[in-house]
Amino acid sequence: MISLNNINKTYYTGSNSLHVLKGVDLNIEKGELVSIMGSSGSGKSTLLNIIGMLDNYDEGEFHLNGEFIQNMSEKKAAYYRNKFIGFVFQSFNLISFKNAMENVALPLYYQKVSRKKRNMRAMEYLERMGLTEWAHHLPNELSGGQKQRLAIARALISEPKVILADEPTGALDSSTSMEVMELFHEINDMGITILIVTHERDIAAKTDRIIKLKDGIVDSIIANGERKKWLADQVMA
Amino acid sequence: MFDLDKWQEIFSTIRKNKLRTALTGFSVAWGIFMLVVLLGSGYGLENGVKREFQGDAVNYIAVNAGVTSVPYKGMKAGRYIQFTNEDRNILHRIEHVEKSSSRTYLFQENNIISYKNEYGTFDIISISPDYRHLESLTMINGRFLNEKDITDYRKTVALGRLVYEALFKNEEKAVGKYIKVSGVPFQVVGVFDDPGQDRDLRRIYIPISTAQRVFNMGNTINTVDLMLGEADMEQSLHVVEDVKQAMSNKHKFDPEDNRALFIFNSIENYKQFMDLFAGIRMFIWIIGIGTIIAGIVGVSNIMMIVVKERTKEIGIRKALGATPGTIISLILQESVVITAFAGYIGLVAGVGLLEVVSKTLPAHDYFANPEINLNIAIAATVLLVIAGAIAGYVPARKAATVKPVVALRDE
Repeated sequence: MISLNNINKTYYTGSNSLHVLKGVDLNIEKGELVSIMGSSGSGKSTLLNIIGMLDNYDEGEFHLNGEFIQNMSEKKAAYYRNKFIGFVFQSFNLISFKNAMENVALPLYYQKVSRKKRNMRAMEYLERMGLTEWAHHLPNELSGGQKQRLAIARALISEPKVILADEPTGALDSSTSMEVMELFHEINDMGITILIVTHERDIAAKTDRIIKLKDGIVDSIIANGERKKWLADQVMA
Repeated sequence: MFDLDKWQEIFSTIRKNKLRTALTGFSVAWGIFMLVVLLGSGYGLENGVKREFQGDAVNYIAVNAGVTSVPYKGMKAGRYIQFTNEDRNILHRIEHVEKSSSRTYLFQENNIISYKNEYGTFDIISISPDYRHLESLTMINGRFLNEKDITDYRKTVALGRLVYEALFKNEEKAVGKYIKVSGVPFQVVGVFDDPGQDRDLRRIYIPISTAQRVFNMGNTINTVDLMLGEADMEQSLHVVEDVKQAMSNKHKFDPEDNRALFIFNSIENYKQFMDLFAGIRMFIWIIGIGTIIAGIVGVSNIMMIVVKERTKEIGIRKALGATPGTIISLILQESVVITAFAGYIGLVAGVGLLEVVSKTLPAHDYFANPEINLNIAIAATVLLVIAGAIAGYVPARKAATVKPVVALRDE
């Protein structure tokens, strides 16, 4: 699903340059739930932005769902983002003057889905997140956990192939964090690939694989994969 | 364009920043308001002057005798030219001249006009009957002077409405009564009205022949008026040349001597006024558009701030799949909505003011019916939409280049 080959990225600010990614090689299969860990400055957010086509890379090869992604026009990038990727952010990034339903429906707006239809779909997803009664509330009337569930609903509504989550539990308390992780598992079980950037060990522990970044390269990959294995055993038996 | 969501977004941002939007809108509204008021006033001025001309036949040439300024055929400069009845006959024969009239203002020592105990000082003008066409006179009572008055040297007089009102305060009927003009009794034959200025109604007309005889003017006249009917600019200029030639032959002065005759050509005068108004109109548009540009810069400035404030939101939208095109149209549309709406308010306010002014202001000599016509209103509206688009363009471009990574960076 995601294949990175020797990805390099350097940021230039004035005369200074910062080589953030120094040749990242990474393969994530369809349906995986993967976490990326690393200390701050290790390049994990940059990597996520490149995968999310929010940023360009300087060198290397990046394939998403078999498509070679490089230096594409903004319009095309917008199209791919809309179609393939759902984003979940630490600070939720909901639009403050739109109510819950409208926030969830927004990606469909950019797919030119009619208003009635997208609001209907949005209500479906809100129901799945248990937020039906909050549909007409503005984001600032919701709790952190509710906001993140709202953001997840928004990420899901365009039926993406991949969900990219940047510190999705960073602003949540631990019990809410666990709820959100449960939600990610459910989504993952539907076959959607999920990539979570986190620095919380217990969050990372709930994923199939942990990719540790250090100084712009992949330091180690820890497969904990017990859960998947356990499930697979169940099926075989 | 007519997408409910976009409208909703525009109105929600406007609602969030009521004061800011109002102030921005004000600059545009003010620009349009000024343009409308200026254009309307210019039009009022034009109307007023046009109405002045309406009082007179637009196409006439008044020829006055002057003083020669160059020697000619052995005669020295400084000679006074004096017209006589003969000159009117000569000038009347010129091509394109339809009607003509002699005219002499009477400046008697005692210019008082009286009726019983009422008296006043008014202009006394001796004329030929066709003069009434030059002033576009209409009779309220009785008749105007006629050829019979001329040929019979009748002491008859036509009164301006204001003269009538001044002298005949207590009596409604003036026709048939005798008034004294410089002590000489004249019989009133009619009272006239004139669509032009009041000045034209504070005068009386008497037959030129009678005036020459009664006031010892011999056969002299001061002015010959020539009415040209439908003659155009070129033809009227041609008539002027013919007049100069004919008078030069008769009175022996250099036809190039432009002080020997004073010629007033109304069509030339009219055209000068019309050119002046075209100039004024252009000037008004320049000022108006300048004011609007100031408004546009204001809107543009505000939209810049809007884009900056909404950077994060734009970043979110981009992450969710918004193309630069949709972002541009969002900002552009907001800008157009603000300018168009504010401009419309300015337009309505301006037109409203003009309406009030034209309703309440008494019709002045040089100012009448200020108004804006439909074409200008449409032009102003189009201008507004274009202005809004221009105002929004730069900020919209800026918004489109927002990098989602930068916009979404936490903290």
